[in-house]
Amino acid sequence: MTVAVRARGFDVARVRADFPILRRSVRGRPLVYLDNAATTQKPQVVIDALTRYYTEINANVHRGVHELSEVASEAYEGARLKIASFINAPDGRSIVFTRNATESINLVAHAFGRSRVGAGDEVLISAMEHHSNIVPWQLLCEERGARLRVAPINDRGELLLDQFEALLNDRTRLVSIAHMSNALGTINPVEDIVRLAHARGIPVLLDGSQAAYHMPVDVQALDCDFYVATGHKLYGPTGIGFLYGKADLLESLPPFMGGGDMISSVTFEKSTWNTLPHKFEAGTPDISGAIVLGVAIDYIQSVGLTEIAAHEQELLAYGTDALTSVRGLRLIGTARRKASILSFVLDGVHPHDIGTIVDREGVAVRTGHHCAQPVMDRFGVPATARASLAMYNTREEIDTLVRALERVRAVFG
Amino acid sequence: MSDLTDLYQEVILDHNRRPRNFRVLEDATHQAEGYNPLCGDRLNLFLKLDGDVIADVGFQGSGCAISKASASLMTDSVKGSAIADARALFDRFHRMVTTPPDVEVEDLGKLSALAGVREFPVRVKCASLAWHTLKAALEHADKATTE
Repeated sequence: MTVAVRARGFDVARVRADFPILRRSVRGRPLVYLDNAATTQKPQVVIDALTRYYTEINANVHRGVHELSEVASEAYEGARLKIASFINAPDGRSIVFTRNATESINLVAHAFGRSRVGAGDEVLISAMEHHSNIVPWQLLCEERGARLRVAPINDRGELLLDQFEALLNDRTRLVSIAHMSNALGTINPVEDIVRLAHARGIPVLLDGSQAAYHMPVDVQALDCDFYVATGHKLYGPTGIGFLYGKADLLESLPPFMGGGDMISSVTFEKSTWNTLPHKFEAGTPDISGAIVLGVAIDYIQSVGLTEIAAHEQELLAYGTDALTSVRGLRLIGTARRKASILSFVLDGVHPHDIGTIVDREGVAVRTGHHCAQPVMDRFGVPATARASLAMYNTREEIDTLVRALERVRAVFG
Repeated sequence: MSDLTDLYQEVILDHNRRPRNFRVLEDATHQAEGYNPLCGDRLNLFLKLDGDVIADVGFQGSGCAISKASASLMTDSVKGSAIADARALFDRFHRMVTTPPDVEVEDLGKLSALAGVREFPVRVKCASLAWHTLKAALEHADKATTE
């Protein structure tokens, strides 16, 4: 195998050494983990930080005056600042911890949706959304008598920007769109989306679940009003995610859930809300999750998102060539701007059979509709197989996938 | 590789390529739709009952090789049989695909080609979809006959 241009300053072997799970075998073969769009593996520093938190720090936050509570609160708020800095948010007030991106979107659908969207109003999404960016809006629209509009995509899986623009109107209350598609890999022209929506005074939510671990994100440069992401795809633990919102916008919204920590005073007659971001964080949060997510972000930054993106782009190009050499393979999602996702179908073979056979070679890919059934319908397939890349993947792993697909061909002819 | 050849036996591949009874029954008396939301497998089953006998059976749909072959094999084995026998066969089939791989199972003739799914627990649902759909169609039949 030839080693041509590698991303400069990026040593994939060193990165791999940080991820203990990559040393294990599956079905008697070295694990080839290509299901990163579902969740990424965790570096040792993240795993250690979780143990360390419960070994040395564990206490509730924002409550006690005792030493441990102070340390825990400081670490928890420190993690919030790390996230703010990671996406270039102006301050910690605009970062709300949630369970995941889905909860972040639901938070906006409740707090923003139920106060700003009324009968006859519209919410605009795209045809490539994950179910998490469809269903909360459907629930909202049904409740409010509003209308969910869907901007179409072309055969490459790219948003049709002119049709998107044509759908913006004086009833549009919110645009909610994936920064990057989980099923197709498409990177949306989010700068144009925000510009076009803002020209009409419409706020924009960007779903960064897929984008945030593949490319640097600057919410102030994007000028989006909300940005959501999930920790477990950022090489952090499951159960923690966040919402970025412009502070004045968040300030103007009613709370999402009621409970402890989100109030400043409570009487049986009336309660008043805590300041940002605590107004949106009812109850004891996932303290360890937040702190460990901060460690995961430190790790990503120590490797460098620009370097990671370059490595993954090179791998995507290599993988695109390698996969299209497999007889009868068709890529679903060939956007000119895309990252890290190779969704495909094989003539005469159902994706589930692909998944089972390549699994026997130690290769983990996702098969199914990827929580994006409308995307499958758009491309006229019931499901796809999807290989998705992360910072620790290699060309050799792509080669293993291709060999496993040849085995699929051998079984099915 | 041996467990893979257990799963994708020639019988299965053949029924996947050329599914038997793969047609809509225009004169169906009962039908049911089977759907596995996890993988999107979809199956429409058509039955033509004559008294308590399954006089004809057909299916349409899309799915993986296992679910398609299982549907095809099922239609072959229940066509012409009494409803009670088809139900009993469902139970025996279900026992076969859910018994641990190292335990011996009853020989169900051609249907035994699907015994290999025991080594692939996540694929048991694929093999059972057609049978569950048959059961649903027959329950409907029960309702129809008791009314």
